[in-house]
Amino acid sequence: MAVIRDVMPAFELAQPNSIADAQKLLEQQGENGWVLAGGMDSFDWLKDRIKKPKVVVDLSGIAELKGVRATPDGIEIGAMTTLTEVVQHPVIREKYKLLAESAELVASPQIRNQGTIGGNVSQDARCWYYRAGWPCYRAGGNICYADTPEGRNREHAILHADRCVAVNPSDCAPALIALDAKFVIRTSKGERVVDAEDYFIGPDIDITRLHILRPGDLLTAIRIPSTWAGAQFYFEKVRDRNVWDFPLLNVASAMMVSSGSIERIRLAVNGAAARPLRLKLVEDAVRGKPPNAATGEMAGKLAVQGAVPLQFNAYKIPLMRNLVKRAIGGVKEATWTPYNGQ
Amino acid sequence: MDPLQWAIDPWGKIVPIHIAWFLIWVAVIAGLLFIIVHAIYLRYFAKPKQFEPGAAPVLPTRIPEHVPRHSLTARAFHWIMAASMFTLLFTAFLPKVVIQFDWVTYHWIAGAVLTLSIVFHIIHASFFMDFWSIWPDRIDLRDAKRRVLRFMGKPAPPPERFAKYPLENKLYHAAIIAAGLSAIVTGVFMMFRVRTIFFPRNPYLFSDMTWGMMYVLHGLAGVGLIALIMMHVYFGLPPEKREITKSMIFGWMDRDFYLNEHDPARWPVETSAVETSTPPARSQGARTEGLTDAG
Repeated sequence: MAVIRDVMPAFELAQPNSIADAQKLLEQQGENGWVLAGGMDSFDWLKDRIKKPKVVVDLSGIAELKGVRATPDGIEIGAMTTLTEVVQHPVIREKYKLLAESAELVASPQIRNQGTIGGNVSQDARCWYYRAGWPCYRAGGNICYADTPEGRNREHAILHADRCVAVNPSDCAPALIALDAKFVIRTSKGERVVDAEDYFIGPDIDITRLHILRPGDLLTAIRIPSTWAGAQFYFEKVRDRNVWDFPLLNVASAMMVSSGSIERIRLAVNGAAARPLRLKLVEDAVRGKPPNAATGEMAGKLAVQGAVPLQFNAYKIPLMRNLVKRAIGGVKEATWTPYNGQ
Repeated sequence: MDPLQWAIDPWGKIVPIHIAWFLIWVAVIAGLLFIIVHAIYLRYFAKPKQFEPGAAPVLPTRIPEHVPRHSLTARAFHWIMAASMFTLLFTAFLPKVVIQFDWVTYHWIAGAVLTLSIVFHIIHASFFMDFWSIWPDRIDLRDAKRRVLRFMGKPAPPPERFAKYPLENKLYHAAIIAAGLSAIVTGVFMMFRVRTIFFPRNPYLFSDMTWGMMYVLHGLAGVGLIALIMMHVYFGLPPEKREITKSMIFGWMDRDFYLNEHDPARWPVETSAVETSTPPARSQGARTEGLTDAG
């Protein structure tokens, strides 16, 4: 069982100062290596003795991984850029506000000061059975304790569950999918760039991971093309405690409206499945229609088709339906509190 | 290297959860080694087959040119079983070693097809075929001893020609039964842990220990089947076995092959005349209705 111990377990600490060195180290260590970004997720795992890496590779000394840079077609955000930097960056606030909004709703200011965007999109599932060190599917075992008649599964998946019902807890992930971001990964074979939605995987593909990174791989940057710069954005996150909590569900949309109808749209939700879901069917269905309540209603109903509730999370179905509805029809009614620059 | 993976369940008990995945490679290497050693043996050490001369040779003209061996039903079963078995092995092990994909649904569907086909086969073999023709009999065991002695250079009379199935076939069939039934029975119970169309999920059907043992047995049967299937494919390919493979496709084998390898007394076929020069059937496998129908 997971018992919080105050003392950090023993491990070898590596502090490379280049991406190449970090990748090499991770490749050498394989399953024994652990990537330490902001440490917001890592330290729980390590102190609980649930994950026991032999070598921790601390990325904080790698300057290449930090900061927001302009590219010929948008911006590139280093994976070690803190969430606060993302929230405050003027270009992101001006052109890609969706990402700033999502990052600002992550956890607390202290955590955003330390937590990184790479860590946010790569963090592990919050299912407490898994976090408690029980031998569930995600931990390599052969059972899902949450998907049982008595299991506590209020926060778990309503879509695409496959043995494991944990969900992806990232707030920035759906925003990045809506912005058509690309994730840059350094592997032993070189650099690989994948679409944001392809960075995440469900239990049907690999039940022990939430993303495609394998031991030895390193997420180095996130590129956001200018395609959606200045679009109409909507981000909404529903959580139990509004001051600081993981999402029960969140929704992100980027929309181009022309002559009163939706010309282009990208829409994603998270907290509904083990990976953030791009709602492509909904996008196709609302394209060409006016962004109003009726279209939102139709979109909401379409979004939850196929949802299968567990014992305690049926509320997520109307919640998701309504979030999608608001993302389409209520763009101007976003309820989040804007960052005031302080 | 522990061949099993263990975990501590919520009640603090150490339980097995499944096999260690390196056993996949152990099975592949074992299968390859068997094939290589057997191929070397055949190429450099095996002596030409010698059989005990028959008491009264059968007249070839009385044997049909195409000796019926497998009915259409038996062949259909074999190929359905083969397709489902390959699907099961690929969906089970490819995601572990080569490429990750959504395998669970395909796996349980293939498992359901295999289970139904095996249930059909058991009924078919028990009531409509010569059930005993696939099980080793006394002559098989005696001839096995003779073959071993002769291989070791000790004096022993040559073995008799085979019945419908050589002893190797029969032993292989027994091994497939052990591995296949283990995988099927455990697999049916494991379906209670995933969402299928058959029954509601019930992950608490057994204790963690029982579930663990079930996963281990399923895994061991699975990796065992890797090696067994590799051997099966290998034995189906060489030219000298082609007649047997062909018979599983077309249903018959050539008269010459039948007369060279098989003993018409132990596996009589319907001849074109009432009068026959073969001695009366000796084995249980001589019932006419079962002659063409063993799987």
